Amino acid sequence: MSASLIGVLRFPGTNCDRDVFEAVEARGSKAVWLWHADRFDPRAYRALILPGGFSYGDYLRAGALAARSPAMTSVREAAARGVPVLGICNGFQILCESGLLPGVLIRNENRRFIDEWVDLELANPQSFFGRGLAAGARIRLPIAHADGRYYVEPDDLKRLQDNGQIWWTYHGENPNGSVANIAGVMNEAKNVGALMPHPERAIFDWMGGADGAAFFDF
Amino acid sequence: MKIGVKVMPRQEVLDTQGRAVENTLRQNGREVNSCRVGRYVVLDLPETDPAKAMEKAKEMAEFVLYNPLIETFELEQL
Repeated sequence: MSASLIGVLRFPGTNCDRDVFEAVEARGSKAVWLWHADRFDPRAYRALILPGGFSYGDYLRAGALAARSPAMTSVREAAARGVPVLGICNGFQILCESGLLPGVLIRNENRRFIDEWVDLELANPQSFFGRGLAAGARIRLPIAHADGRYYVEPDDLKRLQDNGQIWWTYHGENPNGSVANIAGVMNEAKNVGALMPHPERAIFDWMGGADGAAFFDF
Repeated sequence: MKIGVKVMPRQEVLDTQGRAVENTLRQNGREVNSCRVGRYVVLDLPETDPAKAMEKAKEMAEFVLYNPLIETFELEQL
């Protein structure tokens, strides 16, 4: 296997997997499926993506059961080796539950499922995903989630701010009540990043916007 | 041996289900100071020694059943 491949994780209940796969290929990279029940070679991929959906029907807590699956052991190994890992929506929830990212996503403040376009601002451009974008860049992406309110304790928030781990923030209205308007965070090493908005749903103008394409340019 | 695991949201601000149920009770004329909603998990373990069973249940709770950022848990022998 060549390390030019982009691994796309599939859990029972993942439903944005095909969109992510197509987005990767549309931007010129080769995508391959990675199944939740199987371990994989952590050295074989240029990057890994955990798509959105409702893994395990959000049983127990969103992302909790998927985070403890065999494939996530390999994702942890890959992350430790510095392989870039992107989580989108439920993928964000899984990465938080797995301990690869700090914090947790809880029910939206208004207690409803939200499906709308939001404005985002790039707080720290150090991520592998969206490398063409500069700090302060504003983009517009769709969100679709019930548990999208990012939560950390005040001490942990300060640590995120001090370490530059806040990746994206909501610009203007905060749709879900997340702490410090956070829409996406990174780990300390910056190779693991995740966000609630769906870049794969905005890669062509006919989708309503193409700002998400930058996330799939490898 | 059966062990019950009671998982509760740590702060009222995190308990969206509790708030929703509380509102519905109030809207229907029921007097309630507050309402909190948690989760109850019953583990049926092959372990027969009560102390060891509690220890194993604790490990399982910490492995997956609760998230310390937002929840607390209590164990009871059933």
